[in-house]
Amino acid sequence: MADALDYSGLVDLAAGTVDRAAFTDPGVFQAEQERLFTRVWLFLGHESQIPEPEDFFTSRMGTESVIVARDRDGQVHALLNSCTHRGMKVCRHDHGKAKVFTCPYHGWSFSNDGRLAGVPGALIGVPHFDKAYRGELRREDWGLSRAPRLEIYKGTIWASWDENAPDFLDYLGDMRLYLDYALDGRDGSPGGSRVVAGVQKWRVNCNWKFAPENFIGDMYHDISHRSVDLVGIGPAGGKGRRAAFRPRLAIGFPGRGHGVLGELPTTEPEPYNDAWALYPEVNDWYRVAHEARLAHFAGRPRVAMSVGTIFPNMSFHGRQPRTIVVAHPVSPTVTELWRWCLEDAAAPQAVNDAARVYFLRYSGPGGMTESDDMENWSYATAASLGPIARRRPYNYQMGMGHARPAPGLRDAVECGELTEENARIFHSRWADFLRGEPWAARVPHAAE
Amino acid sequence: MPPSEAALSALLLRAEIEDWLLAEADLLDARRFRDWLGLLHPDVRVAMPIARNLAPDRLPAEERTQPGRDLMWVDEGYATLEQRVRQIETGIHWAEEPASRITRILAGIRVLEADEDRVLAGCRFVLHRNRLEDETDLLIGRRRDTLLRGAKGWRLLRREVLLDQSVLLAKNLTMFL
Repeated sequence: MADALDYSGLVDLAAGTVDRAAFTDPGVFQAEQERLFTRVWLFLGHESQIPEPEDFFTSRMGTESVIVARDRDGQVHALLNSCTHRGMKVCRHDHGKAKVFTCPYHGWSFSNDGRLAGVPGALIGVPHFDKAYRGELRREDWGLSRAPRLEIYKGTIWASWDENAPDFLDYLGDMRLYLDYALDGRDGSPGGSRVVAGVQKWRVNCNWKFAPENFIGDMYHDISHRSVDLVGIGPAGGKGRRAAFRPRLAIGFPGRGHGVLGELPTTEPEPYNDAWALYPEVNDWYRVAHEARLAHFAGRPRVAMSVGTIFPNMSFHGRQPRTIVVAHPVSPTVTELWRWCLEDAAAPQAVNDAARVYFLRYSGPGGMTESDDMENWSYATAASLGPIARRRPYNYQMGMGHARPAPGLRDAVECGELTEENARIFHSRWADFLRGEPWAARVPHAAE
Repeated sequence: MPPSEAALSALLLRAEIEDWLLAEADLLDARRFRDWLGLLHPDVRVAMPIARNLAPDRLPAEERTQPGRDLMWVDEGYATLEQRVRQIETGIHWAEEPASRITRILAGIRVLEADEDRVLAGCRFVLHRNRLEDETDLLIGRRRDTLLRGAKGWRLLRREVLLDQSVLLAKNLTMFL
């Protein structure tokens, strides 16, 4: 029986349409908060933001603030940033160092440490506990809510509020190969990336789903960026935004909701493409790293990608400028975007400086590429609010019925370069969550 | 007692710098971006750090991200600024087409340091942007500008922009600051 939160019918896969209410309706937004953001794996930040014990930063899960804290023993926890007494934020700092978070309202205090008080987030201090509560308050019942699932993958920190969520690697499936491309060293060595200090956080008057849909494999929106392509801002020089890429495909993961613009696994050698020709010293480093990467993989398949989305709201660029962006929902028509810049811990300073400078002119609100996306997403949202506009669904019919299994990948399809297959996969997965049965609908396979 | 020579020349210098900064703002407000590029020193750097909410013991040292090292809102030189002008000139930079209406209000302009050919000036700014029908952004903060005097007058060498926002409440930064 359909219930009040089941808006899954807004996605019509047979017709290839999504009702505009999915992007504008307050009831749908509330259902997303209840049904989707409380269950999915969400990206919180990077370990390099909290290198020492007792370091913390604040992040978001859906509309809610969470504290991501490393305890005395080095374990990382995600705690809901809302006092269990009256709801006040117990932490209003973006990052810092703390053993205890004390609420500024009535003074309840909470430990970030499991060793001190049994569980991380435990209530350890209540003013007037003896006199006013007469020692009768069951402190052990009133710790901060803690995300029961937390996973650190190659430095990236992920959490879910759903104890029954599948393991993170299973959630990723073979999309993991493409995430690895962004998180591994440029020479192919596993991990080794870190984030540049500072997170760009900014508000856009658009529905949050425009961002992941944009990055999941939408080559069709290239006209958005024609002005920057005419100018040419890539570190290879010439027109365009980045160096030439071998033919790439929109590769999607049905049943998981992820998608990527990238290459199928290949063992073919590939020449270095002088992607950093404007910076000879940097270009040399990338050439050496490229050769090392080919040697590292030897005869084993490897992948490359440019942009991708991990369902629901984490997107990343794996080639330069290497970045992570998360679209945090604020309201049906307001989104807070957070962008991190990834760099290679093993690279010389000049290489990372060039990557950061490229990031700043490409990405974020000041980015010459991204600024035009914001214009499109915000006015697409605004012009979809009216009663007449909402009579017509969005059209996702490009390439319907033409997806093929993607060779070399499990549970993946490809549909050429220009297609809306990945957006359909995203919205189909979204509907699974709004229906309330996401894990039953999931394609089971465990990643290696 | 009549004002000293030093006080008079400081006053004149302040008036000169104030005129220069207001004339620069006029060029930008009038969208004369090519002319504005002519006011920039070839080695110009414009930097706008990201402000963060931190505990008192970390202030002011860590309050804002550091240029040349951290993530910033803006951290760029002449080449990128010139690319931004070219992007607007394409006529298809959707974030600024149709063109926004922008007014820069500068207040409290002071000369903080002065050598013969180099001045550090401080001011407060209000940047008001209105776009299409009802989109309005208000960026408010402080600026520190270093100007160098050459054969063609003053040129901007450094601009540090301190914005009073940690979460940027404008959807993009396609305006020159």
